[in-house]
Amino acid sequence: MENFDIEYIKEISRTDVRKCMKCGKCSGRCPAFNDMDIKPHQFVTLLGQGKFDVLLKSKAIFSCLSCMACVERCPRGVAPANVIEAVRDTVERMQNGNAIKAEDIPPIVDDLIPQQLLVSAYRKYRK
Amino acid sequence: MQRIGVFICHCGTNIAATVNVEKVTEALRKEPCVVFADNYQYMCSENGQQLIKNKIKEYNLTGIVVCACSPRMHEGTFRKTAEAAGLNPYMVEIANIREQCSWIHKDIDEATEKAVILGRTAIAKLTLNTPLTAGETGVTKRALVIGGGIAGIQCALDIADAGYEVDIVEKRPTIGGRMSQLDKTFPTLDCSACILTPKMVDCAQSEKIKLFTYSEVEEVKGFVGNFKVKIKKKARYVDETKCTGCGVCMANCPSKKGLNAFNMNLNTRPAIYIPFAQAIPNVAVIDPEQCIKLKTGKCGLCQMKCGVGAIDYTQKDEYVDREYGAIVVATGFKPIDLTNFNEYGYADNKDVITSLELERLMNAAGPTKGVLLRPSDNEHPKVITFIQCVGSRDVSGCGKPYCSKICCMYTAKHAMLIREKYPDTEVHVFYIDVRTPGKNYDEFYRRAVEQYGVDYIKGMVGKVYNENGKLMVQGSNLLDNTQVVIPSDLVVLATAIEPDPSVRDIASKLTISIDTNNFLTEAHAKLKPVECATAGVFLAGVCQGPKDVPETVSQASAAASKVIGLLAKDKLKGNPCVAHSDEMMCTGCSQCARVCPYGAITYEDKTFGRGANATVRRVAVVNPAVCQGCGACTVTCPSGAMDLHGFSSSQILKEIDFICKK
Repeated sequence: MENFDIEYIKEISRTDVRKCMKCGKCSGRCPAFNDMDIKPHQFVTLLGQGKFDVLLKSKAIFSCLSCMACVERCPRGVAPANVIEAVRDTVERMQNGNAIKAEDIPPIVDDLIPQQLLVSAYRKYRK
Repeated sequence: MQRIGVFICHCGTNIAATVNVEKVTEALRKEPCVVFADNYQYMCSENGQQLIKNKIKEYNLTGIVVCACSPRMHEGTFRKTAEAAGLNPYMVEIANIREQCSWIHKDIDEATEKAVILGRTAIAKLTLNTPLTAGETGVTKRALVIGGGIAGIQCALDIADAGYEVDIVEKRPTIGGRMSQLDKTFPTLDCSACILTPKMVDCAQSEKIKLFTYSEVEEVKGFVGNFKVKIKKKARYVDETKCTGCGVCMANCPSKKGLNAFNMNLNTRPAIYIPFAQAIPNVAVIDPEQCIKLKTGKCGLCQMKCGVGAIDYTQKDEYVDREYGAIVVATGFKPIDLTNFNEYGYADNKDVITSLELERLMNAAGPTKGVLLRPSDNEHPKVITFIQCVGSRDVSGCGKPYCSKICCMYTAKHAMLIREKYPDTEVHVFYIDVRTPGKNYDEFYRRAVEQYGVDYIKGMVGKVYNENGKLMVQGSNLLDNTQVVIPSDLVVLATAIEPDPSVRDIASKLTISIDTNNFLTEAHAKLKPVECATAGVFLAGVCQGPKDVPETVSQASAAASKVIGLLAKDKLKGNPCVAHSDEMMCTGCSQCARVCPYGAITYEDKTFGRGANATVRRVAVVNPAVCQGCGACTVTCPSGAMDLHGFSSSQILKEIDFICKK
């Protein structure tokens, strides 16, 4: 069983939040901004601050569209969508482990589709 | 057999607290060739140096080893000391027992042992030293300044003021550079042209300054004090000596659709043109890509109308050979290309402009005669939104990782000027950080906020899109944690700056190193900010790093003072520790010339033997005045022909032997 803590989120998000220069371009671009209780830039800040519980309680992890605009536009190479996805994964895994198995993913997937988009889509739209 | 003296310095407690200097003295005294060894509290002091001088004479020493601090610190000092006592200065070796020993060790026994090893290694090297004499070369008393912007102008004026000749080579038809395109300058808001053009005129009128405009540096040969430069004067198709700058040709030219680069392509100019009213020289130039006569052979209107017969369609590029003692690079900057930033809609919306374009739109000599009208429909913009850090501080690969340094101040300037001139205009500024260090700079920015009511929004813009003729600027307001959308009439992008692309070519011609952002690298980030690793080449302005006008002027004057210091010398003393090739061993393979960063190695065909046995071979020759003694050639040479005076392979091997000896 995994040890779910702030380090776990940091590890699976694969992004270095220390690179963030707090410009807010991610939130400036986000199309789902108004539906989010915690904004994209705040996910990055909260992860840096180690606020594990605050992150887990976020409703915004289910509003993020995984459109990756924040990742695309970030001037510092930080990936806010990856952080949001990592929090979402952690919440899911703490409840019932991975909801989808790797072998369930169709064998032929377009290389250009961000893997994260696929994974998050499966999570959000499964019944 | 050499007679070597060893002098061990305590450096107060710097060395003596960690190294047992008495033990070191005893140990080194027993080394071969050593006839004297002693230690002293401060060897570099007046008394310490006197001790060295006395012992050199008393013991008739042929060489000395000083066990002290880094040779970077006092090698020069002790060489002078030795020279004063009649010893060749290159018979001095330094064993660095401070930085490389006492400072990095805690255990006295260990440090003492290491100090002994370092000392005996230096002694071993010294046994192979030979007296060296530095060669001397003359100095051409003239400087070259590449780039005629404010950096080049200031530098040239200062050099000329000291009484030396100086040439400015400028690739554009006029000097003045980027500063001539600016409307006002911060933090005093004086008109840029009003403070720049008198300096341009001074350049033109100075007897010491020669201007090569519409010209480029074609080739650079030689070395410090003796550069030989080929300058390409591009064909103007106008005789500079005849043209009076009256402008009749411009008025009559039928080909009027050329983009006006001086006005950032915001309007057009005729094929024959003078870039702007105060251009220096005030001489027309024909754009050969646009001129009907040059393209089709038919037209010739300007030639017919010119009252002084200055138009010459047959003019060709000319080459001029000039000699210089020193070269200053001042090639300046340009705003970056915005193709990577489609989120701001620069390519799709005429009313999304760069800050430099705004300068031209606000300038009385610009396309709108100084009335702020937006490019799409020539209406007054009522809501103007500025976006800072466009392409700056960007490590994603789209922009530049550095801060462009000038944008915060010029954006505050623009915002302030617009609110002053058009008080009914609403001005917003999206910023990440406002960086305004500098005399009266932060006060200036605060004035924009407090006195002129400019709305500064902490956050970055995510996208700009067009909706019903309005530019919708969507961005973060991080302080109240909202996403804002500002319907604007004009969007101004504080675009990052980068070195002018010509800098790469200049850098390779002058063998100056260039960093990952294409800025030229100074010799030392703090203590040699205007010098280059290449002797005799100096830097001024943005080619070295982002800077504003006051900083550029300071740096230009600093570079000028370095040039003057060089040109004031009649002879330059070289460094004798340079490479030399043994022509009997050289195979002429060219590998050394390929690795030489200074272009010091050439090849010549030499005849060996006499009569029937004579053979001609191609051998390497090192120019000692150009060689900096880096040693790259000596380690590359496959036949072992290349060696370095003062650091020969045999000396280095002997040092290694003595370091490894138990």
